[in-house]
Amino acid sequence: MGDAQMEEGDNTREIEVAPALIAVDPAQRSVAVAVGSDLRVYDLIGDCPVSLVDDSAKPFHSDSIRAIRYDASGKLFVSAGDDKLVKIWSTDSWFCISSVCCEKRVSAVAVSNDGLFVCFADKFGVVWVVSLKGDAENQALADKKAAPMLAHYCSIITSLEFSPDGRFIVSADRDYKIRVTVVPKNPLDGAHEIQTFCLGHSEYVSCLDFIHSPDYPHGLLISGSGDSTVRLWDVTLGSLLDTCEIGSKAELSATDGIEEDPCHAVTDLCTCPNGTSVALAVQSLKGIMLLNCNLSAKTLSMAKVVLVEGETLIPTSLGTSLSEGLLWMVTGISKLQGFDHSSLARVRAVSFPEDDGRDAEPVLLRDDEIPGGQKLLERLQGSVSIGNDVFLAASEALKTSMRSLLIKKQYSDEKREFRKRTRNDRKLKH
Amino acid sequence: MIEKETTSTFNKSTGLPRKRFYRARAHSNPLSDSHFPVPLSPSQFDYSLHYPQLVPAASDDDNPKRIQFADIGCGFGGLLVALSTLFPDKLMIGMEIRDKVSEYVKERISALRTTNPGQYQNISVVRTNSMKYIPNYFEKGQLTKMFFLFPDPHFKEKNHRRRVISPHLLDEYAYTLAVGGIIYTITDVEELGEWMKGCLENHPMFEALMEEELENDLVVKLLTSATEEGQKVARNGGQTFQAVYRRIAPPL
Repeated sequence: MGDAQMEEGDNTREIEVAPALIAVDPAQRSVAVAVGSDLRVYDLIGDCPVSLVDDSAKPFHSDSIRAIRYDASGKLFVSAGDDKLVKIWSTDSWFCISSVCCEKRVSAVAVSNDGLFVCFADKFGVVWVVSLKGDAENQALADKKAAPMLAHYCSIITSLEFSPDGRFIVSADRDYKIRVTVVPKNPLDGAHEIQTFCLGHSEYVSCLDFIHSPDYPHGLLISGSGDSTVRLWDVTLGSLLDTCEIGSKAELSATDGIEEDPCHAVTDLCTCPNGTSVALAVQSLKGIMLLNCNLSAKTLSMAKVVLVEGETLIPTSLGTSLSEGLLWMVTGISKLQGFDHSSLARVRAVSFPEDDGRDAEPVLLRDDEIPGGQKLLERLQGSVSIGNDVFLAASEALKTSMRSLLIKKQYSDEKREFRKRTRNDRKLKH
Repeated sequence: MIEKETTSTFNKSTGLPRKRFYRARAHSNPLSDSHFPVPLSPSQFDYSLHYPQLVPAASDDDNPKRIQFADIGCGFGGLLVALSTLFPDKLMIGMEIRDKVSEYVKERISALRTTNPGQYQNISVVRTNSMKYIPNYFEKGQLTKMFFLFPDPHFKEKNHRRRVISPHLLDEYAYTLAVGGIIYTITDVEELGEWMKGCLENHPMFEALMEEELENDLVVKLLTSATEEGQKVARNGGQTFQAVYRRIAPPL
C-alpha cells in the first residue's frame, strides 16, 4: 500500500460532487431545481423564470445545496446545504424571509404540516428546529436561533419527514436506522418521546416518503436504502409490512454495460400522483422504477420500469405535486471534475393520466409537452447542451461520492496505524 | 490472544451469533477489529446462543424470556456477576465496546458456569457500541434496569456530546426502559456526576428516586462495591457521585 494511495483519500474531500435536486410546489405553481449552490426556480403560473431576492447577511447559498422542499401549503420554500445555512423563502415574493445558521453542514430538511416549524438535520446526527410562529409574510427577520430537537448519535441523517397526520417526525440515518418520534406541543423544548424504530435495512437508508389517502389518513412509511430494497412500515408500531427487492429485478440487467456488477442502491423515492404508485430513482437505472403500494393489504410490489430512451438519465432527485398528475425528475451534478462543464442538469417529467377513471400507463413527456416547455427547461437546466458521456461520468462520480459518504470505511490494521500517525494524544503505556 | 479450548457450555468460543441474522457490512475487511455484527432488529438477537440453558433454541414460546437488565460499558463484568445471583430468574446482558475486555467477560462467565452448575446462566456479554445500537438489541420498554457505572468522562468540552449520558441519548434510554424502570449512574469524577444528574433532572421522562427508595434498593449498594472500578475508588478513599432515576410516563 503506497503512500500515494493513502493520501488520495484526504485530497478528494475538497472537491465533493453534489447531486442536483428537484422540488415541486404542491399545486404545481412552480418548480425548483438546485444544482450545486445555484437555486433555480420557474414560475408556472406566470410562465417565467423567478428571480430570487435575498438581502440577508449571507445572501443565497455559497456551497452545495443538499436539501430543498416546499411546505404542505406551498407558501414556504426551504433550502439548505454545505454552507451551513438554512434559508426559508416566501413563495409569493421569492424573498428570503429567514436565514438560520447551523454549526455543521445540513443534510436534510422538513417543514411541519402546519407550516409553523422548520426542522433540519446536520451531518453529526442532530435534528434542529426553528419556529416560524408570529412571523408576517415578506417581513425580513433577524437571524433565527435553532434549538436541538433530537439526535441520532454520530450518524448522518439522510432524510426527515413529518407523518401526514402530523403526529410523528421520522428521521433516517446512514446506520440503517429509522427513528419515529412523537411531535411534542412545543418542539423547541425537544422531542424526547420516541414512538418506535423501524429496523430492518441492512445498509444506509437514503430516502423516506409517506403514502396516504383519504381512506388511510395515517398513511404508511416507505423507505429506500443502499441495501437495494424498498420497505413499507407502520410507524405507530415500527413493524415492517413488506419489502421489495430492487436488486433482483430482471429489467435492471439491461443497463448498457455500465459496469459488471450494477449497483441497485435506491437514491430517491417519491409517492406518485395516482396515490398508489411509488417512483424510485436507482443507481445504474436510466429511468425510474414504479412500485405499487396497496394501502389496505399493506403490500409493495413491482409495477414497471419507465426507461428514458435516447439519453443517459439516471435521476438524482424526484418530485411531484400530487394534485397535477406529474412526476418530475432531474439528473445533475455540481463540481464534476475533468469536463468543460462542472455543473449540469437535465429535467424530465412523467405523466400519470387517468383514462375513463382507470389509471392508464405512465407516459414520459417530451420536452415540448412539459408545462413551461422550453422556457422552463432553459431556466432549470441552464442553456448548455451536455453530451451523454458527461452524464455517464456524472453518475459514476455521484455513486462514488455517495458510497464514501454513507458507507463506513473499513481499514486494514496497517492503514489504520498509518492514519493515526499524526495523533498527539497517545496515552503512555504503563 | 490465548487460544481458546473452552468448556462445552459455550459452544462457539467467539460467541459470535449466527451470521445470517446479522448484517455484514459491505466491503468490510475481516481483519479490522472495529467490525462486529449487530442484530438488524431485536427479534434477530439470538437468545439461545447467550443463554443456552434458559432459552433453548427454536422455542415457539408465547411468553419468551427477554433481557431485563443491561450494564452499559460493563467492563470486566463485576456488576453482572454480582447481579446474577441476586436476581437468578432475570436475564441480563453486559455491553462492552472493547474487544479484549468483552472476550474476558465471556471467558469469565463461561468459567463461572462450569464451576457453578446451574448458576450464572442468566448473564452474558456482547461486544457492541451501545450508543449507536441499543435499539437493535432491545424492544420498546423492554428493560427494567440500566446501569452506567464509571463511564468515560470525556473531559474536554468539545467532547461532552460523546458522553454516554447526554440529553439526546436519554431519549433512547427512556425508549428502552419500561415505565417504572430504573437507570443507575455512578462516577468518581465530580463534574461528570453533576452533568449526569443535570441531564436526568432536565429530562421530562425521568424523575429522581426518593432517599427511602434508594435505601431499600439492593442494587444501589452494588454500584460502589461490585465493580473493579468501584473497588479501586474505595481503596483510594475516593468519593463517588451517583444519580438514580426512574423512567416515568411523559407529561401530557
